[in-house]
Amino acid sequence: MVPFLFLPHRLHCICSIIRFRYELRITMIFSLAIYTAPYSSQASHSAYRFALALLENGHSLYRVFFYHDAVHTASSLTTPQQDEINFTHEWQALAKKYGIDLVVCIAAALKRGLINQQESIRYDKTTFNLAEGFQISGLGQLVDAAVVSDRLITFGN
Amino acid sequence: MSTLHTVNKSPFSHTTLTSCLQVCSKLDGILLLEDGVFGGLVSAPCTEDVSELINAGVQIYALAADVNARGLQEKIRKDIRVIDYNDFVQLSIKHNCVQSWY
Amino acid sequence: MMNKILSKKLLFISRHAPYGSSLAKDALDAVLAASAYDQQLSLLFMDDGVFQLLKNQYTDQIAQKSFAAILPVLQLYDVNLIYVHRESLEKRQITINELVLDSVQIIDSAAVSSLLAQQDQLLSF
Repeated sequence: MVPFLFLPHRLHCICSIIRFRYELRITMIFSLAIYTAPYSSQASHSAYRFALALLENGHSLYRVFFYHDAVHTASSLTTPQQDEINFTHEWQALAKKYGIDLVVCIAAALKRGLINQQESIRYDKTTFNLAEGFQISGLGQLVDAAVVSDRLITFGN
Repeated sequence: MSTLHTVNKSPFSHTTLTSCLQVCSKLDGILLLEDGVFGGLVSAPCTEDVSELINAGVQIYALAADVNARGLQEKIRKDIRVIDYNDFVQLSIKHNCVQSWY
Repeated sequence: MMNKILSKKLLFISRHAPYGSSLAKDALDAVLAASAYDQQLSLLFMDDGVFQLLKNQYTDQIAQKSFAAILPVLQLYDVNLIYVHRESLEKRQITINELVLDSVQIIDSAAVSSLLAQQDQLLSF
């Protein structure tokens, strides 16, 4: 193989460009922490748009952690108008397509009336409403996301 | 190491942007999004502080989707770069951490 | 999934006043949860977040737990790197001896800027 330095000048330039572009294609692991209720503020949508962009740019989204009022995103009962975005469905579809972990903080969820089947039985409730694709867990998952991810971005209001 | 600051509150009603500007270093970047894009107006209360940081070399950006939604296309300062979500992703990679001011 | 070998510098930034919204309490809960994971934790109080540190908070009439009572727990959880923004205190005319925690570091804006630059992740509340 001809040593890189001895290649004709034009071919050398092309190789440099290819190597430069290759080095620019760094893939990062992201996680998002969302604190806002869907519809009540724009931050919920900003988080979703950011998630879409990072995935379309070839990066991975490890976890989306719903805390504070954002737990409402995980309700199976959300019923927006037909011409409005359905955040629950959008996150479910994204999670299914890209294998994203959607985690809802258990303490924030329960006190706001967001409950999965297990907790519903534990607390003797008549029903449960955690949407499919979301899981209820503790704040340790937020910490885990911070440790595992290259970037953790918060969307709050 | 540098920080990307995101600000989503209007400086006309919140001191959020002022707080951000106070702790921003020369290597950092600031992204105005949602109602934060109003911070990109010449009429913004902290516009002089914004100028000072830009003159010191800080890059300030405004998210296009939010600028356009609010009809601010011709009103955003010319020294603030209007960017899209792809650029937002790139900025979050370029800087080491993201601090969200809300 | 938590890699026990990985220890990152995590800075929690608490900027909201207590009680009016639950963000301040949510931040504290997150810090206490994080203390169980052997990471390099630090906590910064800034803007209205400094109000969380005042002594003499009696919350029996607002059905919430007093921050003056909860914050000293941080020490029990080995959260020892606690910073308070000097300019935020001065703007609100709060003096150091009015704070319920005595082992905090009061730092100015330039130091906050440096502190942010040293972190691996920022958890913004």
